[in-house]
Amino acid sequence: MSDPVSNEPSLFRDQARDWINTHFPSRLAWTVPAAAGVALTEDQLSWRAAMGAKGWGVPTWPAAYGGGGLSEAQAAILAQELAQVGAYNPIGGMGIMMFGPTLLEYGTEAQKLEHIPRIAKAEVQWCQGFSEPGAGSDLASLQCKAEDKGDHFVISGQKIWTSGAQYADWCFCLVRTDTSKKHEGISFVLFPMDQPGIDVRPISLIAGNSPFCEMFFTDVKAAKKDLVGPLNAGWTIAKRLLQFERSSISGRDAFVGAHLPQLARDYVGSDETGRLADHDLRTRIIRLEMQAHALKLTAARSRLEATGNEGPSATTSIMKNVGSSVMQMRAELALEILGNRGLGWNGDGFTSTELGLVRGWLGGKAASIYGGSQEIQSNIVSKRILGLPDPARA
Amino acid sequence: MAVLSEEQSMLRDAVRSWVQEKSPVTALRKMRDSASELCYDLAAWNDMAQMGWAGVIIPEEYGGSDFGYLSMGLILEELGRTLTASPLLASGLAAASALVLGGSHTQKSLWLPQIAEGSTIATLAIDEGSRHAPDKVSTTFIAGKITGNKTFVLEGMAASLLIVSAKGADGIGLYLVKANDPGVKRTKLSLADSRGAGDIEFNGAAAEPLAGGEATLEKVLDRARAGVAAEMLGSALQAFEITLDYLKVRVQFGQVIGSFQALQHRAAKMFTDLELSRSAVEAALAAIDTDSPEAAQLVSLAKTIMGDTFHLVSNEMVQMHGGIGMTDAHDAGFYLKRARAAEAAFGNQAFHRDRYAKILGY
Ligand SMILES: Cc1cc2nc3c(=O)[nH]c(=O)nc-3n(C[C@H](O)[C@H](O)[C@H](O)COP(=O)(O)OP(=O)(O)OC[C@H]3O[C@@H](n4cnc5c(N)ncnc54)[C@H](O)[C@@H]3O)c2cc1C
Repeated sequence: MSDPVSNEPSLFRDQARDWINTHFPSRLAWTVPAAAGVALTEDQLSWRAAMGAKGWGVPTWPAAYGGGGLSEAQAAILAQELAQVGAYNPIGGMGIMMFGPTLLEYGTEAQKLEHIPRIAKAEVQWCQGFSEPGAGSDLASLQCKAEDKGDHFVISGQKIWTSGAQYADWCFCLVRTDTSKKHEGISFVLFPMDQPGIDVRPISLIAGNSPFCEMFFTDVKAAKKDLVGPLNAGWTIAKRLLQFERSSISGRDAFVGAHLPQLARDYVGSDETGRLADHDLRTRIIRLEMQAHALKLTAARSRLEATGNEGPSATTSIMKNVGSSVMQMRAELALEILGNRGLGWNGDGFTSTELGLVRGWLGGKAASIYGGSQEIQSNIVSKRILGLPDPARA
Repeated sequence: MAVLSEEQSMLRDAVRSWVQEKSPVTALRKMRDSASELCYDLAAWNDMAQMGWAGVIIPEEYGGSDFGYLSMGLILEELGRTLTASPLLASGLAAASALVLGGSHTQKSLWLPQIAEGSTIATLAIDEGSRHAPDKVSTTFIAGKITGNKTFVLEGMAASLLIVSAKGADGIGLYLVKANDPGVKRTKLSLADSRGAGDIEFNGAAAEPLAGGEATLEKVLDRARAGVAAEMLGSALQAFEITLDYLKVRVQFGQVIGSFQALQHRAAKMFTDLELSRSAVEAALAAIDTDSPEAAQLVSLAKTIMGDTFHLVSNEMVQMHGGIGMTDAHDAGFYLKRARAAEAAFGNQAFHRDRYAKILGY
């Protein structure tokens, strides 16, 4: 497939390769980053420190705020060189995916200088305090309120489904600062998580783990300097952040999971002509692989067509929906390929790969719910791209 | 809904009220969290046996009520509504069918009354690989002994009587093996749907044959398949009804989410699929009751349509509930996990589409 970046040698490619050779602990080759909450090994710590200091975890962010200051083309070369040796990007999380890019657009100089370098070095983990029990798809109906106390706000209310809240150092949060208006009464504030009045309770998922939480706030403090954008202008910023969230999700989700053709050869076997023995399954695997292929081409095309640096647009909704559906279909097919080996929960009766695919299938069901559900993305496409009327504007 | 006899209506009502009172989804949840070895509730099973449900397809002379498969389907459908875990399908339906169809008078007299009263749990041990393939058998029956490996035997840990497919002198057939035979070794499998199953190794275990060979095996499997489909119908209906209720109460954008046509049409689609599924499931069970030559085709139809429907409904249940549907505290995950296990049991949709095509001659 054609990508905007060729494999041609270049000065930057040589520099990147040298730097990676020097700094990447080879013991980490082809491993994945540690899960949230798990202590890092010495190798993992040193790799994270090296990438953080160089700014290459966020290669296109400005160098002035601790980013790599690279062009898109250079960043693509860097990604190729990292992939070449099986090196993961140790700088991740919500700060990278959504909050950092948003603050770079909407933050003051002082806010950027305070927060962006620490995100680029993965020194601070962020969580997203948006959803509430009554405000999910209709996020703008949120109730958690912030009162103006002169030099700070005092926040009271509840948030729910907050991913990683139990590990987070800071929260970017939507709060109601004007009860007389809906969208125009929301503000975007930041506050540290280690303060009195924050009660974080993990919630178990159907996959068995607890990656998200409920949060109860009683008189939680956010300093005035940590208000992002003007008072009551948080909704615009939140919408922008959700675009960054969606674009990072679609890029990430579509290509994770099992390599189906290989898995099918291992578990189902081939017939005398070399085709997969289960022809029905073969057709459905290929339909999915073709969808994934077309998604990849679309991602490459939109990178080529992107003029200037305006960042993600409403088309991220298309990409998010295709990405999550490709990922979920891949997981469903992996389960079917495994047959009764794909029904295990734990124990020695199943391999860790088999158990991982079952848990991944369950966890992946969230991809069409978080970041704005599949239905909400389709509504955005209908309204903002296709210009159709909105029956649900309350 | 099939036209039920008065007795069948009474049976269904009795099961329905027992299930609501004694076996809500919380019972399965409790069983899962207690990591029970049996993977079903013994007291509940004793209740079920006492009410005669384990003997519904067993002739009266062997301690059953001879109510037939449609009646068994009614019970399984109601049990499926709350995902009740019990050996009814493995023992009272599948294994009992094997004895009824292939047992000698002596074998029937010995085993069927015990199965009917629930004191013996029996089960089929058929599959040897990761996919349902009853014609691929490498387990052997030589000189009265069974040797080979069976996998994913439903209630394999609880059963005391195993009905095993193996290759003998005249091809594939079914054999009775006692689970406490020294040549039997069992290993528990821990499953996502919390049901009981095991891998079983046979090393020269003493066995006696049932009559009828591969033809009996196929008939027995079709009975098991129709039973699973009936249970799936109940589970899918309940999952749908829970979801429909939620569409009527969850408010976003100042209105119930069920007012959005994107969701309305999908609810209508699920309802339509459930109607088609019920027709296929009931037709399959009725065809078994009359020993119709169309039974095999109808069973493959029922297992396929029901599989696709439960697959869809269980996914939609999670999706339409949003975040809450992803939590373990909600029941949606239980239906989702059960759906995939039931789809795979005794042949998934792809298996039965292929079989249906073969029956039609292409
Ligand atoms: C694993 C996971 C992690 C999450 N992490 C975070 C996090 O870190 N921070 C955070 O703030 N939130 C997080 N969320 C919450 C997520 O953003 C919400 O779950 C999501 O926005 C849906 O809201 P809801 O759960 O209230 O569902 P609801 O909004 O109640 O939706 C229920 C169903 O109705 C549908 N629906 C709603 N409105 C319409 C409409 N107008 N038209 C058609 N259909 C509609 C939905 O699509 C859905 O199918 C997470 C969720 C999950 C599952």
